[in-house]
Amino acid sequence: MWQQHLVIAPILIPLFAALLQLLPWGENPQRYRRLIGIVACILTISAAVTLLLQVHQYGMQVYAVGSWQAPFGIVLAVDRLATVMVLLSALLSLPILAYACYGEDNLGSHFHALFQFQLLGINGAFMTGDLFNLFVFFEVLLIASYALLMHGGGKLKLRACLHYVLLNLAGSALFLIALGVLYGTTGTLNMADMAGKIAALTGDEAALARAGGMLLLVVFGLKAALLPLYFWLPQAYTMTTGTVAALFAIMTKVGVYSILRVFTLIFGETAGAASLLGYQWLWWLGLATLLIGAIGVLGSRDMRMVISYLVVISVGTMLTTLSIANERAVSAVMYYLIHSTFVTAALFLLIDVMAMQRGKTASRIVSGRKLAQHSLVAVMFFAAAITIIGMPPLSGFVGKLHILEAARVGDQANWLWPVVLGSTLVIMVALARAGSKMFWHTLEGKAGDTRSANGQLVAVMVLLSAAVLLTVFAQPVTAFTDAIANDLYQPQRYIYQVLGGSTL
Amino acid sequence: METLFAITVGMLTACSVFLILRGRSFPIVVGITMLSYAVNLFLFSTGRLVLEGAPIIGNEKPITDPLPQALVLTAIVIGFAMTAYAVILAVRARGEIGSDEVNDLDHSDAEGQR
Repeated sequence: MWQQHLVIAPILIPLFAALLQLLPWGENPQRYRRLIGIVACILTISAAVTLLLQVHQYGMQVYAVGSWQAPFGIVLAVDRLATVMVLLSALLSLPILAYACYGEDNLGSHFHALFQFQLLGINGAFMTGDLFNLFVFFEVLLIASYALLMHGGGKLKLRACLHYVLLNLAGSALFLIALGVLYGTTGTLNMADMAGKIAALTGDEAALARAGGMLLLVVFGLKAALLPLYFWLPQAYTMTTGTVAALFAIMTKVGVYSILRVFTLIFGETAGAASLLGYQWLWWLGLATLLIGAIGVLGSRDMRMVISYLVVISVGTMLTTLSIANERAVSAVMYYLIHSTFVTAALFLLIDVMAMQRGKTASRIVSGRKLAQHSLVAVMFFAAAITIIGMPPLSGFVGKLHILEAARVGDQANWLWPVVLGSTLVIMVALARAGSKMFWHTLEGKAGDTRSANGQLVAVMVLLSAAVLLTVFAQPVTAFTDAIANDLYQPQRYIYQVLGGSTL
Repeated sequence: METLFAITVGMLTACSVFLILRGRSFPIVVGITMLSYAVNLFLFSTGRLVLEGAPIIGNEKPITDPLPQALVLTAIVIGFAMTAYAVILAVRARGEIGSDEVNDLDHSDAEGQR
């Protein structure tokens, strides 16, 4: 009985946790709020794991909210892709929240509730099977992110946040226009139903639907930080606090997920006049994003900025590979997505640790004093760096190998190989320079005396251990991402499950 | 009616784009508000424009699609909250930075701080 309702648990748990955290908790509210947050994260992880096992064993789960059947009501359609993304966000949230509990959550009010609302929006966006509901969950995660971005306050954050908010407001308006166009032409908002109806469109209606689809690509490109729309990202991620930046490692992935979902299901190969819409654009813009990201990494003088541009590079890599449009490419993208989310988050937290211990020089790439926990932090930085660069033996290497392998045949290799390998070299140069400047060329004299709490270091290590686990269990993980890719390229199964066979 | 409606939505959108491309936060916020009006009107029209139709199936009269009305309602609520946040943010930026230019920050002092 309860298993049937398990599907909605990753949305309900953060929601109730956030509501509980908003209650006045008396003298020392932060203690209770932390406890609720950690418990909620653990519950979400266990729900996500159970869901993953269920979906893997029995196939896709469809949850009709309020028992209104698709296509009339809103459904949550949870397939392998959705569960993996939910599990990823849940696994990411726990160490980040634990890290934040060592003081960062005191910088502003309601950090914990906002954190849970953010997770609620992210999980909802991953699970919904309805385009308008996707918009609503996007707004939920956005409004939480607006407030989180301002956590701690300050002029610089204010400026970055203003840009971010205004851009995303314009993005939301475009999203609504796209939805209006698609609803006007197909008469439905359910993704599965729309996929069936779009294939039947001809003439003017098909042209309108294509325009709507391209608008959706712009909106998701803004969320994912694709080339002409990425300018908000480096400022926002650099200015905000370490934990928020680490949590935002999953935010660009929401955009990538949406592109993956909508452009394989609705505008996939079977979509008639609108089939494989936008893939050309994705390919070239993705490559350009990679290049710009590499230039950004080289030009940054602040470690946070470097990591922000690494996020841009990873988005470019994923979207370019995705636009190759075959199962192997999608499988490679999924592996790379999981890997890059964990490692980017770990790096953001690690830079936060370094900035705190270095004192005045903070995260700028200049010689500073020795850290209090110098060798430990240096080893962690080294591990994270070789993972994000893509050097053996850790998961970055496996991920890049998959991506290069996916593009091995055909013309794609001529473009993708040089750009991906070139950007790898650039990242290596930039990180080697930064690492040697910050860890080896330290100033003479006493080391700093600000030590980080052990719990904070453990949180970073847990995130980094994901890279090790992804390498050790590369085979089963790849088997699973292969299954995801297989699902995505059989959209008729998804459609059949959601619509209950009623229209087929 | 369709022509008038289309012209209205088009004008609103054009004006809002003009305002959004300004360099100060106040015109941008006004522009975004105007854009959300245009979007709401546009969403309303996606169920086709029907006069004197009831959004209920079953009676004799012409019927109109009830879904766009629900969508517009949702969009209005969300847009309102977002605009309120943007206004607060713009006002605070004006107060703390001392100018409502969106882009006049000297980036050299930004590095290494947060």
